[in-house]
Amino acid sequence: MNKKSHFVKCLLLFVSLAFVFVMLVLPLAVVLIKCLEEGWVTYRSTITDYYTQKALGLTLTATIIATVLNTIFGLFAAWAITKFNFRFKNALTTIIDLPFAISPIIAGLIFIMTFGRIGFLHPFLQAHHIKIVFATPGIVLATLFVTFPFVAREIIPLMNSQGNEEEEAAAMMGANGFTIFFKVTLPKIKWALIYGIILCAARAMGEFGAVSVVSGSIRGKTNTLPLHVEILYNEFKATEAFGVASILVIMAIVILILRNIIEYRSRRESE
Amino acid sequence: MKKFVGTILLLALGVTTFTGCNTTEVGSKTAGESKTETVELLNVSYDPTRELYTQYNETFAKYYQEKTGRSVKVEQSHGGSGKQGRSVIEGIEADIVTLALAYDIDEISKAGLIDENWQSEFKENSAPYTSTIVFLVRKGNPKNIKDWGDLVRSDVEIVTPNPKTSGGARWNYLAAWAWALKQYDNDEVQVREYITKLYKNVVALDSGARGATTSFAENGIGDVLLAWENEAYLSLGEDGGDQFEIVTPSISILAEPPVAIVDANVEVRGTAEIAKDYLEYLYSDEGQEIAARNYYRPRNEEILEKYKDTFADIKLVTIDEVFGGWTNAQATHFADDGVFDQIYVPTN
Repeated sequence: MNKKSHFVKCLLLFVSLAFVFVMLVLPLAVVLIKCLEEGWVTYRSTITDYYTQKALGLTLTATIIATVLNTIFGLFAAWAITKFNFRFKNALTTIIDLPFAISPIIAGLIFIMTFGRIGFLHPFLQAHHIKIVFATPGIVLATLFVTFPFVAREIIPLMNSQGNEEEEAAAMMGANGFTIFFKVTLPKIKWALIYGIILCAARAMGEFGAVSVVSGSIRGKTNTLPLHVEILYNEFKATEAFGVASILVIMAIVILILRNIIEYRSRRESE
Repeated sequence: MKKFVGTILLLALGVTTFTGCNTTEVGSKTAGESKTETVELLNVSYDPTRELYTQYNETFAKYYQEKTGRSVKVEQSHGGSGKQGRSVIEGIEADIVTLALAYDIDEISKAGLIDENWQSEFKENSAPYTSTIVFLVRKGNPKNIKDWGDLVRSDVEIVTPNPKTSGGARWNYLAAWAWALKQYDNDEVQVREYITKLYKNVVALDSGARGATTSFAENGIGDVLLAWENEAYLSLGEDGGDQFEIVTPSISILAEPPVAIVDANVEVRGTAEIAKDYLEYLYSDEGQEIAARNYYRPRNEEILEKYKDTFADIKLVTIDEVFGGWTNAQATHFADDGVFDQIYVPTN
């Protein structure tokens, strides 16, 4: 019996390790090997290329704006949903999840239909010389949309399980709303919050579908890193495409390391 | 805990200043555009012209600087021809469109952005260069594919994009149809049978021309790729001429990728004149040379003669003489329930 269970354990371990290796490690390694295929010089010139730099800048801009706004919104929404009772609470929780369920291409088309030339807001935007789609604001909006639920989703369950007692106690002792939020609630949720922010940033960096629809892929202007990878690949420049992809891979690895540090610290703190 | 709140606040501050910088930068840029000498043009084009226009834009910028003393920067956007047309209709501020088919520019024209007589605005139906459909086969031509007739042999696997979504794929289809019409003396039943057999041999039906080229060249699918002549040469050049070779069939179709000024946009942006210069310069000797170097057949006879080793002498039929124009071809063959829908049955 014991021997048998040992065998099962080994088998399971082997299967899952093999799966992880074939599905995750191997393809990632291929990216890194492929991008160095033509040597450091090609790699460096790919990374320092004007259009790559511009794409990196745009990706970072969109990621930072989307993450900050979604963090602020996520906190507000989670606070409202868990600390108060109101009529459309269920509807709000469901709507927050909407971007999870909707395909990114539809998210992109929504913005085209709203702000594009055939969209109903177009006359207004035209009159005020505001450009949304096929420009940076459209890319930020699309990123914002797809990463919308990440922060809220991460902290709502935690805040729900924690209940309101401590906040109520603080209120009884005369603390005002701000004090309660910063001194009582925020410390309780901070690790979950940071975790949500990291997930949000990771997703924002890699967004392809929705951004591809609203971008118009104008080189050096509305091209993000993932779009740039596709363009290079389609130009028969596989090595350069993998070079740019390696930037995304490195950014992802940095984010994973951050995540691990945070998990480690939060565990240590709770002990 | 104070420290934590402090970091959050600091982070928020940092981000707002960062985004703040960003908006001011955008602001100053738009303000600068109207008065500085550098004019920006946006050329919205289709997939295979990336290399062509990267070179052409540099040459044009030099020419324009010499002629007028003003500098010009041409931005490029590339994608499937139909998708790019849609983007213009939906509001991308293109000054110029250079697409795969007149049909796609007609769509933009219907949306009211381009004058309906656009095709007579420039010489040669507003198509400064042409191309045709050829076969790309594996080195040594192991399946011995010589002409359209060989494609329906049972041992041949074909890669071509989907005519419902790809401009290039429609040219492929029509070229095959034109050959069959001649082969079977205009007997429509036999032509249909031929086309049905041909699409039965298709192993990968990608949505765009570049996707099909990648399937064939990089993923190693199929024995023959039906491709634009310029695409075929490009994959020969970049991925090594030791892997593939080009076979020119006895008959093919004359593809005329047209160019046009997006009238509504240049009016707003004040770029009408330079947009016209840009497209007219494509017909100059320099423009035609660049087209030829990128494997597009130049209109200029002398330059075509100079590159005659590249461009084999194929009998080229036009869509107007065989199919009565794009609108007809589109309605008969590619519309929903058209001939393609009737003959194509996906098999696994």
